[in-house]
Amino acid sequence: MSNATKISTNRDILGASALRPDGAAKVSGKFEFSSDLHAEHMLWGATLRSPHPFARIISIDFSAAYKISGVEAIITAQDVPGKKTYGLIASDQPVFASEIVRYVGEPIVAVAADHPETCRRALAAIKVVYEVLTPITDAEVALLPQTLQIHPDGNLIRHQRIVTGDQDLQGDVIVEGTYEMGMQDQAFLGLEAALAIPDSGGAGVEMYVATQWLHEDQKQIAACLNLPLDKIRLTLGGVGGAFGAREDISLQVHCALLALHTSRPIKMQYSREESFYGHVHRHPAKIWIRHHATRSGVIQRIESRMVFDGGAYASTSSAVLINGITHIQGPYKCSNATVDGFAVRTNNPPCGAMRGFGVVQACYAHESQMDKLAVACGLSPVEVRLVNAMVTGDKLITGQVVESVAPVARCITETDSIAMPAPLAHDANALEIVGGSGLTSLPHNIVRGVGWGVSIKNLMYSDSFDDFATARCRLQDGVVHLKYATVEVGQGFVILAPQIARSVLGVDEVVIDPVDTRIGSAGSTSASRQTWMSGGAVDGACRLVRQRLFEHVGKLHDIDPLRLVIEDTDVVDMLGDFRISVIEASTGVLFEETFEHHHRPTEELDANGQGNCHVAFAFVAHRAVVDVDVELGLVKVIQIATAQDVGRVLNPIAALGQIEGGIAQGLGLAVMEEIVLDNGKMRNPSFTDYLLPTALDAPEVVAIMIEEPEPQAPLGAKGIGEPPCISVTPAIAAAIRNATGRDLPRVPIRPQDICL
Amino acid sequence: MMPNTEIYNLRVNGKNHEVRDAWVGESLLYVLRERLGLPGSKGACEQGECGSCTVIMDGQAVCSCLVMAATAIDAEIKTIEGLTPDGELTEVQDAFITEGGVQCGFCTPGLVVAIEHLLDNNQSPTEIEIKEAISGNICRCTGYGRIFEAVQTAVATRRAAR
Amino acid sequence: MTVAIPQTLREALAFSSANPNAQIIQGGTDLMVEINFNHRKPTDVIALRRVEEIRNYAYTADKSKVIVGAGLPYQKMEHGEIAELFPALAQAARTVGSPQIRAAGSIGGNLGTCSPAGDALPVLSALNAEVNLRTETGSRDISVHDFMIGVKRNDRKPGELIISVTLPIIQGWQGYAKVGVRNAMVISVASCCLVVDRKLGAISVALGAVGPTIIRCRETEQWLATQIDLKSISAVAPNLLKEFGERIANESKPIDDHRSTAAYRRHAVATLSRRLLVRANTK
Repeated sequence: MSNATKISTNRDILGASALRPDGAAKVSGKFEFSSDLHAEHMLWGATLRSPHPFARIISIDFSAAYKISGVEAIITAQDVPGKKTYGLIASDQPVFASEIVRYVGEPIVAVAADHPETCRRALAAIKVVYEVLTPITDAEVALLPQTLQIHPDGNLIRHQRIVTGDQDLQGDVIVEGTYEMGMQDQAFLGLEAALAIPDSGGAGVEMYVATQWLHEDQKQIAACLNLPLDKIRLTLGGVGGAFGAREDISLQVHCALLALHTSRPIKMQYSREESFYGHVHRHPAKIWIRHHATRSGVIQRIESRMVFDGGAYASTSSAVLINGITHIQGPYKCSNATVDGFAVRTNNPPCGAMRGFGVVQACYAHESQMDKLAVACGLSPVEVRLVNAMVTGDKLITGQVVESVAPVARCITETDSIAMPAPLAHDANALEIVGGSGLTSLPHNIVRGVGWGVSIKNLMYSDSFDDFATARCRLQDGVVHLKYATVEVGQGFVILAPQIARSVLGVDEVVIDPVDTRIGSAGSTSASRQTWMSGGAVDGACRLVRQRLFEHVGKLHDIDPLRLVIEDTDVVDMLGDFRISVIEASTGVLFEETFEHHHRPTEELDANGQGNCHVAFAFVAHRAVVDVDVELGLVKVIQIATAQDVGRVLNPIAALGQIEGGIAQGLGLAVMEEIVLDNGKMRNPSFTDYLLPTALDAPEVVAIMIEEPEPQAPLGAKGIGEPPCISVTPAIAAAIRNATGRDLPRVPIRPQDICL
Repeated sequence: MMPNTEIYNLRVNGKNHEVRDAWVGESLLYVLRERLGLPGSKGACEQGECGSCTVIMDGQAVCSCLVMAATAIDAEIKTIEGLTPDGELTEVQDAFITEGGVQCGFCTPGLVVAIEHLLDNNQSPTEIEIKEAISGNICRCTGYGRIFEAVQTAVATRRAAR
Repeated sequence: MTVAIPQTLREALAFSSANPNAQIIQGGTDLMVEINFNHRKPTDVIALRRVEEIRNYAYTADKSKVIVGAGLPYQKMEHGEIAELFPALAQAARTVGSPQIRAAGSIGGNLGTCSPAGDALPVLSALNAEVNLRTETGSRDISVHDFMIGVKRNDRKPGELIISVTLPIIQGWQGYAKVGVRNAMVISVASCCLVVDRKLGAISVALGAVGPTIIRCRETEQWLATQIDLKSISAVAPNLLKEFGERIANESKPIDDHRSTAAYRRHAVATLSRRLLVRANTK
């Protein structure tokens, strides 16, 4: 069911449910994903990975592998001509491990051969001798002073405190808890893949790759290859989902190196199992938190200690940590805080970006607390949240004032206004009941529960990062060409960019040029930032072109350009009768402008965690209704009601798709998705055992989009990608608590957590 | 029948295709994508747990990653590329676009094939029948809401066309 | 390197006698996973997909049993005559993987792989199925209990083909239930099949995914027969029901793994078996 309204307009401008320009190709199998790329005389590349979480490499013998017919190259750390390490924030991760391996799956060798099967045989023939070491897999243990430091940079990736206000305040009501979250995988469907084509003479390489940020990849690859930036040219290969997992590079350097080494095109693509080893995951976290409040439930002070397990390498752990600690207050007023956050290195798989980026962990903790507070104060879950709801102008625990539109109370009350689902019918179809075709439960085994979650999420990059996006607009003969490096991962920028151009310039035909590094950076497709950032860049470039167009028309027809506006598809004189179509006005003339959109600068946090470190915020509320077979601990999520602060709806159907998709991922984290680790080893790196929600697990979603345009945002729209997946997880957990009376301090909630 | 494993023929989308020098363990998915130039079927799990590689084989929707290609020599295989003549879209494909059932699009070909198969065998599926029919097709982007909507739209369009 | 695609059972048996170590492939849903994951590299393969004789079912001459072909896809058991005769088999069949898997997978594959989580196997065990094996020169029927030896181990000898199972038609009630952590397409964490033979006054209970292979709870079956009259339909007293579940759990031999814990699995089979016993006596 949906409340998406299709705006009826014959033009696909902002606000209309414009359709995907890549839709026809995608539904007919013609869209070229990175894994579909081919080149003449291409070889396949593959990676040998560590089976141990922590070990010293004694020797690597690939003599037998070289003898296999069809093997063309075998490369190791010695073959990396430039920087031997890479990384998004700290360059601490070896391209190939040479002395120590620090996690299961760490790359050691790459091979190139004529067939994937030849690659497999070559990898099997390589003999690596290890001295196995005892891995450090508990983040708390890794922090102890006597613990072995597993990396030259130490076991502590970052520590940050937030200390503000009265440090001694004791509330009349005190609630506390310790909450844990397991390791979630982004599990995009389109596996990592790239094609690298070497320049003749080996001077550079042309790469087609599925990534989230072309220019960052380019920078890291060039450094490792010791080549100038312009010798590494990246073009976006079709991306089959990302969700944060493609923000770090995976196979890029290996693939480029093999191409230069063999002087042949190289294709690399991961299997699902390798994908689990090959990209970063969501940080497992352990969060202790204590709320001090008045008897009427007003939060006075929070204390918290947050530990994020970053795994073996830093990736974006330090930024995830900052997000976690600065969001621990939730969308609630609070003046006094003592927060201690640690991002820790262990011999677990590396963790980094995933949709929600540190806020998912914080939200699960603060929302679990809100329900405890409600009980302690005799309030309902809705009441306790409304009592504390933040508004524009409130000061965060970092000292930053919330300047964003902040309709927190509206998110809650509008969600609350959504009708509850019908009760489970006594003669319900088995597939509508918990357990589905397993015929596990009958209606009388089921208890229904309701729970709430509300969240705040920062938009764009924080902590003093100079974040920008670039776009170029060309108008000629009534046709607009847009050029940018903004990565389409499925989110729909490919729909939005033409909508912006049509709205600003009054054209209908918009062509998107290849997405590559032949223009300035667009930044990453992450942090709910592309609508704001790249949308702002496209909007800015189109506005500049419109100015040129008005100047041109004004000069030709002797009208002050300031009197000209776009009306539908015409240039119109506001104060007279003059009217000319944009097509006619631009016939035979080329207007071209490039625009860089920067958001306002942010600051680093000081030693007490004070500073304007974020750009803007978005809010959302979720109410979950679940059916629980309490005796067996099985759960089916029936309905998610949500009201989300979106600023402005630019495309109703695309926005709803983001909301429903995010909810499914939050649902997965609540009840089924976890990489199970045993002493650093993944026990379930496959889709048989890493469970993703199916069509029969998808709840009814009833969504309300709250439109209060954000003055800071170029298009009035806030980023909408991350909020849907954040508070849905605690809402579902709360609903299960409501049905079972259990404490449930850890997600994902497993059957045994409920019934044993 | 003992086909030559060095050279065998597959019948895909009504045409015969010769497969040469293949390794016997290659899956139908691999052969379609890497040898026959039919990359529309996608691989995301290699173990029948995602449905991205769904094709119709002898009238049944199956995971092509779990079919040994060399054993499919006498089967009638239909892939996403064979649903319609080039350039045309089926009601299902059309509805996926208009209802927002496509985001990254990686699961889409497999879902389209599974839904075409459902609607060919059941002209008016109930909501729960739709969900069960695509319960083997994982979509990570959409949360399925727009896909359910697309199926309903396709059913209505097909009905109106009758 | 050969791939044989026999069109008849006779051809199939000839191939398998000539090459007793050839890899047999039925629906491919197990074997291809092993090949795709590089765990197995077969050289010679016998594909049974064209052998129509094993993709059917038939009554025995005295109509007391049904012979179900080893290659009959699960999809064909979900509805129709097989589902009416063996509701538990239909229920188990519907929980196998996804619709795509059910179009390809079959009992022959479940028996050949012999995973303790094989969805159809508890049903075969509770029904006391016989597994029918053939070679070019001979045949043998073996009780499914003797056929399943251990984790992914069975009694099939090189050169033998699993061609069918023989299932007795039971007058009474039968049901199957399975626990997984998702509402569709999920490997069993624990499963249970319960069959009440009203004519003989006997009950059989078989458990999946809670031991190295399928577990028949014979002690509990015998105990229950002494407690209630299984020939007549009657509600089971709560204390008896409780003890029944406990006894079932005690007969299970589950382990901790990444899918669940031994404690939960014991609890799950106790609960499933109780629920099935209640269902058996309320219909």
